[in-house]
Amino acid sequence: MSVVRPANEDFGAQLSFDRSAPGRRAVDVPSWGGEETPLPDAHLLRDSVRLPELSQGSLVRYYTALSARNYGIDSGTYPLGSCTMKYNPKVDDLVASLPGFATAHPQAPVEEAQGTLRILLELRRGLAQVTGLPHVSLAPAAGAHGELAGVLMITRALEDRGELATRRRILVPDSAHGTNPATAAMAGYSVTEIPTAANGSLDRDALARELDETVAAVMATVPNTLGLWVQGIEEFADLIHDAGAYLYGDGANLNAIMGRVRYGDLGFDVVHLNLHKSFSTPHGGGGPGAGPVACTEELARYLPAPIVVEDDDSVVRLETPERTIGQLQQFHGNVGVLIRAYAYMRALGAEGLRAVSGQAVLNANYLRVLMHGHYDLPYDRPVLHEVVFSGTRQRREHGVRTYDIAKRLIDHGFHPPTVYFPLIVEEALMMEPTETEPPEAIEALADAMIAIAAESAEDPETLHGAPWTAPIGRLDEAEAARRPVLRWQPPDDE
Amino acid sequence: MPEGSPHPYIPATEADRARMLARVGVDSVDALFDDLPAEYRDPAFELPPQLTEPELIALLEERAAVNADPGRPNFLGAGAYRRSIPSIAGYLTSRSEFVTAYTPYQPEISQGTLQSAFEYQSVVCELTGMDVSNTGLYDVASSTAEACLLAARATRRSAVALLEPVHPGTVDVVRAYARGAGIRVDVVRAGSDVTDEHACLVAQQPDFLGTIADLEPLAEAAHAVDALFVTVADPFALGLLRSPGDAGADIVTGEGRDLAGAPAFGGPSVGLFAARQQYLRQMPGRIVGRTKELEAPPGGGEPRTGYVLTLQAREQFIRRERATSNVSTAQALIALAFTITVQALGPRGLREAAELCYQRAHAAAARVAALPRYDVTDRGPWFQEFLVRGPLPAAELARELAARGITAGLDVSDRAEPEARDAMLFAVTEATPDAHVDTLIEALAEIGANS
Repeated sequence: MSVVRPANEDFGAQLSFDRSAPGRRAVDVPSWGGEETPLPDAHLLRDSVRLPELSQGSLVRYYTALSARNYGIDSGTYPLGSCTMKYNPKVDDLVASLPGFATAHPQAPVEEAQGTLRILLELRRGLAQVTGLPHVSLAPAAGAHGELAGVLMITRALEDRGELATRRRILVPDSAHGTNPATAAMAGYSVTEIPTAANGSLDRDALARELDETVAAVMATVPNTLGLWVQGIEEFADLIHDAGAYLYGDGANLNAIMGRVRYGDLGFDVVHLNLHKSFSTPHGGGGPGAGPVACTEELARYLPAPIVVEDDDSVVRLETPERTIGQLQQFHGNVGVLIRAYAYMRALGAEGLRAVSGQAVLNANYLRVLMHGHYDLPYDRPVLHEVVFSGTRQRREHGVRTYDIAKRLIDHGFHPPTVYFPLIVEEALMMEPTETEPPEAIEALADAMIAIAAESAEDPETLHGAPWTAPIGRLDEAEAARRPVLRWQPPDDE
Repeated sequence: MPEGSPHPYIPATEADRARMLARVGVDSVDALFDDLPAEYRDPAFELPPQLTEPELIALLEERAAVNADPGRPNFLGAGAYRRSIPSIAGYLTSRSEFVTAYTPYQPEISQGTLQSAFEYQSVVCELTGMDVSNTGLYDVASSTAEACLLAARATRRSAVALLEPVHPGTVDVVRAYARGAGIRVDVVRAGSDVTDEHACLVAQQPDFLGTIADLEPLAEAAHAVDALFVTVADPFALGLLRSPGDAGADIVTGEGRDLAGAPAFGGPSVGLFAARQQYLRQMPGRIVGRTKELEAPPGGGEPRTGYVLTLQAREQFIRRERATSNVSTAQALIALAFTITVQALGPRGLREAAELCYQRAHAAAARVAALPRYDVTDRGPWFQEFLVRGPLPAAELARELAARGITAGLDVSDRAEPEARDAMLFAVTEATPDAHVDTLIEALAEIGANS
């Protein structure tokens, strides 16, 4: 944020529509000098459309002011757990916008897109190396889209095995991202929750108890959302396979283990990756991302189309797997994002990706020891990429909630951590510094959190009202949901 | 890069690491991974060698140059159209506060993303004639699939009808989503084929072969059997065409990518998703709402207006297996570029651009039709795409044009519609240079004369 608006201006009340002045315009359109073809019959046409009329300069100022009311990774440390908010290299944006890539038409003959296709091919091969799973589809647009692909692939496989009618359950740990159960349900399965053991790993006995001929798959996040390794996951894989089920991997936390251990080697059948996390493509305030899905030989024939393959004549083509689940987008996936991810992979190489996971894990542990003692740490042991503290002490002793702590962190110049997740940690504060933060930034973050812990004892009111320095104060979310206002309306209609 | 030199993306130096490791109380970075099973630790894996930034740029420039020249005449449409994008759309969308933010979970420092999304929802509602919009889904096909799932939930029916001609990619994506949900997909040839088994009738506007659909009778056919009517609309064409809401649509989906920027081989895109008020709580994806501060600002005055993610009880991170969809990360930045383009054009510019597109396409089609041995099929009023039949089979004609440096329209000769037989689907838009049309006409005339 570069600008703090004066308190007396209600900037949010003035949308572009409200700033409109009839007769102004931001761009001009060439006039048609040729012969006029009559327009279609009037009943097929519209009279007018209500859109704002602003000059070019006014529109630029409006959106520039809006951007100043946002906080990105370029603004400062963004320890949003499980979201892997690391620095996004600018060269990735530069190369993805080269006109040769940008203008490629999705229906163009493959001969006209060999540059793009070769990049996709090499990215596909690279992701196979990183995951240890030989087959990859780059088609899904985001992590949850990749999850849907993976679960639908399992559906197809069960169909071919003649077991789809009986295998109707998917087991999901209670620490899982919400997308896991939502995906399973979207694909028509019922969800059974598996509890977390006292050591933060999956409860082996509970898993073994639930595994039977009604289970289609187990969805596991490795490392899990507590930032911990799932002890015995390779053994769980055997149990799951012995029961005739598949092991699905949520690869959201790949950043912790790149180059250290591979999903395929551990026995995962299919896994999705979030390239907007571990491969550092910018998140854009909620996308676009990319959620490639990688799988074993057995499941390869079900992958979502298209698959990028190289022919004997070195021409790269798009192929539809034999028993594909189909396409998940009209075209080939979020190619612009995939080019950025490729550039990231090439800038790091194999050693670089190992250095990434090493530093990410060191940074999370450094934050853990710096904050240790100031907040409760329900799973008090070394972590991988993230650490989950709890604000229970602050709530119990001072009536300060995690929510207040998060908001107060904004006043200290940081983006808050992920809060109230995972669900199994009370008053959770989930922090992931990533490898791109220097130690001094982690120290400053820890100092701020420690100062807030002190404040919660001495001056809880300051926390209850925080943030004080943001462009706007706490908003009435209950009212927003109770009486939804979801679009601009002319003043008379309101 | 010299051996041992820190990577530009990883700030910690050897000295930093030593200090941090000492504080953490372990000997080495590797020791932090001791929980991982020894047997599978540190696998051998191969990636292409690491590149410095100049090497990376050189390589990618080389690859980009292998693609078709950006100036090559190209008459493909079929779901992705060349548009004139205002310069300010790319300029504003590249501001790093927008680009490098996460999903706006903390509204106090995310008003830029949130208020922009509210602008997007407003623009989408105005264009489509719907009451409510979400902040955008992945692309038009996945949006349409989500619309079918919503219709099935709302009507408690387990079949949907897609009206041909519809984009084959849309059919494929709807089938993939529907299979999981146990929904049957019927591809139908007439609006009257919709029955009381169907949760919805889905129609594309303009249709896949370019014709402008009269939506009202289709809406009536759907409503007569208590099915929803879903329109898959090109939002740019809606600058000229009757709004689907006005014609009776219950849900409108669409593709926003073409108004956001270049096609980039098909993505990233943004799937428009808007509906009538009564379906609000069944909608997939994120929705932004307007509200006020809980308290007056410290400087005094009234509580100010702000924006938040709302109606989140529909969403996966709250509702888990009972969510309306699993969508989390979508396509916010593309939605932003779309919004800025539409708002920069404004009410008059959008209409002018859509009419210019219409005029240029019709003028080009007339020139093709005037050539000996070429036909342009009359399928009724159309917007920017037309079916061409020439002296050669479609695939051969495409090869002949390619040999002359032109990318032909899409070969649709294998489609079931009789009008599509042996035909190619050519797109000409407001952004197709005149010189490209001239080149095309010359080439077609030459091919016609020589074959």
